Amino acid sequence: MSEEQPKRMAIIASKGSLDMAYPPLILASTAAAMDVETMIFYTFYGVDIVNKHKYANLKVAPIANPAMPSPVPMPNIIGMLPGMTALGTMMMKSMMAKINWPSIPEMMEVCLEMDVKMVACTPTLEMTGVTQADLVEGVKVGGAADYLDFGLDANINLFV
Amino acid sequence: MSAITPDEVVDLKGLNCPMPVLKTKKALDKTEGGKILRVDLTDAGSKSDLPAMIKRTGNELLEMSEEGGVYTFYIKKKMG
Repeated sequence: MSEEQPKRMAIIASKGSLDMAYPPLILASTAAAMDVETMIFYTFYGVDIVNKHKYANLKVAPIANPAMPSPVPMPNIIGMLPGMTALGTMMMKSMMAKINWPSIPEMMEVCLEMDVKMVACTPTLEMTGVTQADLVEGVKVGGAADYLDFGLDANINLFV
Repeated sequence: MSAITPDEVVDLKGLNCPMPVLKTKKALDKTEGGKILRVDLTDAGSKSDLPAMIKRTGNELLEMSEEGGVYTFYIKKKMG
């Protein structure tokens, strides 16, 4: 078993909302715990997950999200009203706190501690004016070929 | 009660996926080869999650039991 090549997983994280930030981090940290070499490649809005000015305040939008739990039944269009995104985010965070779930910064710390490779997409950084100094420490920058080089040898490739 | 005497005990009651797997792995990394780790937890998903991690990392699940909503795992750390 130990002579086998280590297993690998590559994840592309392209979304920057609170609900879409968890799956890549949960899968990556769990994979690392299973001795799987793991990379998360952050592109487009996904870069917010590793932006240290933003990652503690990711939001979830009720608008156009009929699955969003609500304390009282209401039409989805209500989600367009000012303050609904903040309210939805607050609700989701309190649901997470109830089950003792770690925050995004805590999950990020766990992943980095377990040697999950974190790469932020260079064109996205250039386009949005985000620099390496804005990223969580330990996150590297790279391009599509960087992801592909890792992903070509991976047993699991996911696009989130 | 199990007949196995653990060398280390970790209490992960109240934690939900993915934390039981992550914290169990962390504890295993600190455990010496051949020693036995006992983990207590309440997350039902761990019934299948933990054995998967234990198998994939080359460690050995000696025993798993449930009593009053608490799952107890005895894991033998691999040598070397």
